[in-house]
Amino acid sequence: MSDKKEREPLFSVKNRKLLSTPLNKENPITVQVLGICSALAITVKLEPSVVMALSVVAVMGVSNVVISVLRKAIPPRIRIIVQLTVIASLVVLVDEVLSAFMYDVSKQLSVFVGLIITNCIIMGRLEAFASSNKAWPSFLDGIGNAAGYGWILIVVGFFRELLGSGEVWGYPVMEWIGLYDIGYKDNGLMILPPMALIIVGVIIWIQRAKNRDLIEENQ
Amino acid sequence: MYSNAYIFRFAAIMVITVAAVLATVATVLKPFQEKNKKIEKIQEILAAAEIKSTKADAIQTYEKHLVKELMVNFDGDVVSEYQDGEILKGDKRAFNVNMKTLKNRLKEYKAGKTEQSPHLPVFILDKQNEQLYVIPIRGKGLWGPVWGNIALQSDLKTIKGATFDHKGETPGLGAEINTDWFEDQFKGKKIFEDGKFTSIRVVKGGIENSPVDAIHGVDGISGGTITSNGVDQMLETGLKNYLPFFNQVNPKLQQ
Repeated sequence: MSDKKEREPLFSVKNRKLLSTPLNKENPITVQVLGICSALAITVKLEPSVVMALSVVAVMGVSNVVISVLRKAIPPRIRIIVQLTVIASLVVLVDEVLSAFMYDVSKQLSVFVGLIITNCIIMGRLEAFASSNKAWPSFLDGIGNAAGYGWILIVVGFFRELLGSGEVWGYPVMEWIGLYDIGYKDNGLMILPPMALIIVGVIIWIQRAKNRDLIEENQ
Repeated sequence: MYSNAYIFRFAAIMVITVAAVLATVATVLKPFQEKNKKIEKIQEILAAAEIKSTKADAIQTYEKHLVKELMVNFDGDVVSEYQDGEILKGDKRAFNVNMKTLKNRLKEYKAGKTEQSPHLPVFILDKQNEQLYVIPIRGKGLWGPVWGNIALQSDLKTIKGATFDHKGETPGLGAEINTDWFEDQFKGKKIFEDGKFTSIRVVKGGIENSPVDAIHGVDGISGGTITSNGVDQMLETGLKNYLPFFNQVNPKLQQ
């Protein structure tokens, strides 16, 4: 990079890739299998899934930039502690802001906002990318990975709410269609955490059927 | 290579910066958060009495409907009274009672650790010329505290409405206690049978399939048994404390 004086455009092919690969080919949940725990916990309904996804986008974007800016000053021996402190303070900030201005949503997410701290994707990206790259690519990488995590949450949340409670975003869609009148019943199993894993499994299945590169070779 | 001194310096600066930022944000946002909490508490009390309110007009609506706020002791005597913006008796306002502290003090009192009985809050609201008694209660669910407000009609036997809330019950399972279908079940249920206190049972597997009389029980939440049991316990222990007060207000209750 040192001999190349010319500035890289903000959305160069390389930078765009940072944003787009985590959505599909290197998806944190379906390919790297990270952050599964929170995907089970908060995807019972669509709304908390969306807010959770947005919170993770915010925390990840900012923490990646902070770590990336400080990357030369952070002593390697305490880097994990530094990363954790940055993530934890950002999460506390998000939690405080939500409870001041979006009180209802913050109550719905309750403990799970705090649990963003333990989301392995965030630490994973700080350690793998932000601690050795410049701020802008790190930011894109953070947003990309958080979005990759987020869209899975939203899809899972959508199906679990639809099939489990017959609602979408709290609106009784199934009732409007009139399915209950012809003997349809909500699937109570959808509300339980294992179903999130099964839906994630189905997403992985579809994704690999479409994208053959992802299929591991048999050993 | 970084020296130990550098590492310590770095850590110290980082910790101080983070502490300063978080402390500032917490202080700045505190008034907003407290206002949210106050409005939420008011709305919970109003909702129990089935009085509609929005976030914006909650405070005015509450003042309009409030007859008085009382604090009662374990003998049922009124020790504090608040009415029309001033404290008429005693030195506390029922609205400012912290239910968490109260719950701990009740526990200590019942274990015989303190002599003085804690004072219990009661809110008396006027709705279409009927006096409703709103009783706040608090208990524990699966992951943390659950609480609620029970509005009793002026006979003190029949439930007018109830609201529940929780700190962190599982969404879709235990968290269902604050949804309409759960809360609406309480309307019209009775907490006394032939002068004896029965509370309201929250029954696993549905009230229809249980020996509990349907007028004294509601359906529990499938998948949320521990939360349902928590609500059941909370109703019983919470309302029981008020029995002396109920008897003073309505001496015919025990007949």
